Amino acid sequence: MDIKKTPKKLNVKEKYRLMTRDLAWEPSYRDEKEIYPYVDYEGIKVHDWSKWEDPFRLTMDAYWKYQAEKERKYYAIIDAHAQNNGHLNVTDARYLTAIKLFLQGISPAEYASHRGFARVGREFAGVGPQVACQMQSIDEIRHAQTQVHAMSNYNKFYNGFKDFASQRDRIWYNSVPRSFFDDAMSAGPFEFLIAIGFSFEYVLTNLLFVPFMSGAAYNGDMATCTFGFSAQSDEARHMTLGLECIKFMLEQDPDNIPIVQKWIDKWFWRGCRLLTLVAAMMDYMLPKRVMSWREAWNIYGVENGNALFRDLARYGIKPPMHWDDVEKSIDHTSHQIMLGLYQWKFGTAFHSWTPTASDIEWLKEKYPTTFEKYYLPRWEYAIAQKEAGGEYNNFGLPKLCQVCQLPTLFTEPDDPTQLCHRETDYEGEKYHFCSDGCQHVFEQEPEKYVQAWLPMPALMQEPLKGDLAAWMEWVSLEPTAAGEYASSEDKANFEKWRKQVSTD
Amino acid sequence: MAVVANGEYKFPSRDRVENYYGHQLLFACWDHHMLMAAPFMLFGAPDQKLGDIIEQQLKPLMQPDPDFDKIDWDAIEWTKSGEPWTPDFNKTVKENGLVHKEQFRFKTPGLSTLVPPQGE
Ligand SMILES: [Fe+2]
Ligand SMILES: [Fe+2]
Repeated sequence: MDIKKTPKKLNVKEKYRLMTRDLAWEPSYRDEKEIYPYVDYEGIKVHDWSKWEDPFRLTMDAYWKYQAEKERKYYAIIDAHAQNNGHLNVTDARYLTAIKLFLQGISPAEYASHRGFARVGREFAGVGPQVACQMQSIDEIRHAQTQVHAMSNYNKFYNGFKDFASQRDRIWYNSVPRSFFDDAMSAGPFEFLIAIGFSFEYVLTNLLFVPFMSGAAYNGDMATCTFGFSAQSDEARHMTLGLECIKFMLEQDPDNIPIVQKWIDKWFWRGCRLLTLVAAMMDYMLPKRVMSWREAWNIYGVENGNALFRDLARYGIKPPMHWDDVEKSIDHTSHQIMLGLYQWKFGTAFHSWTPTASDIEWLKEKYPTTFEKYYLPRWEYAIAQKEAGGEYNNFGLPKLCQVCQLPTLFTEPDDPTQLCHRETDYEGEKYHFCSDGCQHVFEQEPEKYVQAWLPMPALMQEPLKGDLAAWMEWVSLEPTAAGEYASSEDKANFEKWRKQVSTD
Repeated sequence: MAVVANGEYKFPSRDRVENYYGHQLLFACWDHHMLMAAPFMLFGAPDQKLGDIIEQQLKPLMQPDPDFDKIDWDAIEWTKSGEPWTPDFNKTVKENGLVHKEQFRFKTPGLSTLVPPQGE
């Protein structure tokens, strides 16, 4: 008679070995170079892929279980939010501008990140990073989907949400996040990991998600808040992956150090330029503010960054090249960006407004050395125009930075009265930049950035040839989604519906 | 420095002058005047008179600035790629030496209604 064997329960370590490392095999009829053609050309030397550590030791079966559970909870809350008119719980409809920007700029970046991690998971030659990248890839598409679902409820009631995908591809300010991810996606697998896994997820992610998610909580946006909670444990895993990947590269070969340093310099700067949009969101777009951009930078940029780079110093890694320029810009960028967004508001798929008297008091207090002196006069001009029945608009098309693709509206690091002008001649053509940081990035790889699709120069080319009405249609921008908040349909509807609910 | 690639890496520039059907881009910056947040992108043909581009494109865009009416156009200090430069409004863009995507800047000393004077 057979004795029925009970299967042995595997311990975590054994299970991890079987379900990740043990999934690899030695190729017999193809050589490694054919299978992993992209793993060498960046110059990163890897001697032993098995040295890759995965501190989470997560296996696919456990991963599916955790994620499924989070999804169930998430959708229960999202459904309740939709059924209970959750959109009327936000502080006021000005808040929607912040999440429109998020949906147009950040959610598509989650999707880009999904594609990028799927790609590098295939391109790396070690099973440890392959599995870790695969999980992050699935996380990222989940983030994109849950964000789109969370915001789809707002789309039923407000303008500016409905065609975020076209707007991501075509509208001018979204070429800032889009080109950032395109740059990373068209780099090699190791640079991609330093760009997105390390610089973005590890060094800068807190500056993006903490402000947005606490902003959502402060302003009564349950949908976005819930998304934030659902993504939190994923983010912790991504940050660890980002840190692990850099340590792995640095420990594998000393020749990797200068290459990694170059990527840190580049991606830290690019990330900080991208985050100037978040700076404007924090200082101007939240009806109830969490903290100023300056305060967020001091905590998540300076404190965390110092600790990190102290830790990496033992490998010979130095703090990012343009760190000082970022520090000098912190008290300025949110004002510069918001003044820009306001004057070009006829061409944005969100509303903007002039700061109220209490906004102005708050800005003075948070930016005692810069706001009143340099930026308040321009806001006062805008307010005076409005009071006189006019409107402050800039119908000029701005010069854009060839690298970060923002309008070149930033000032010299040491002179806030003067715009920063940088230009480079390359193969008989002129290229313009917003800063030393962006110019440096260009000069490292000019062949790459000459190809940049810059929305303003593109507008003058075939097929639009400067036709603004045709442009509006092409970017799927309806006039109701753009312009001044005070006269918007969103404001009128929000106030009307909220009144109805409170009198019911 | 050059891009690191695993094959030949050579692509034309996206905004090369050939893409502008006989026209070109120019950029113009009014120094210390940031009510209009960034330098303006202008568009014209190389054989167009520079004065026409200034009158038809640039001046209307500058007009909202409270300093606009106070400008003494004869006292302006012009620069191009960081060097002093004297434009001739009656000559063409090309005759003025303005190539595709060239930026020129101009200072109007003493005017600083909305932005403090330099260095303050
Ligand atoms: Fe994500
Ligand atoms: Fe830039």
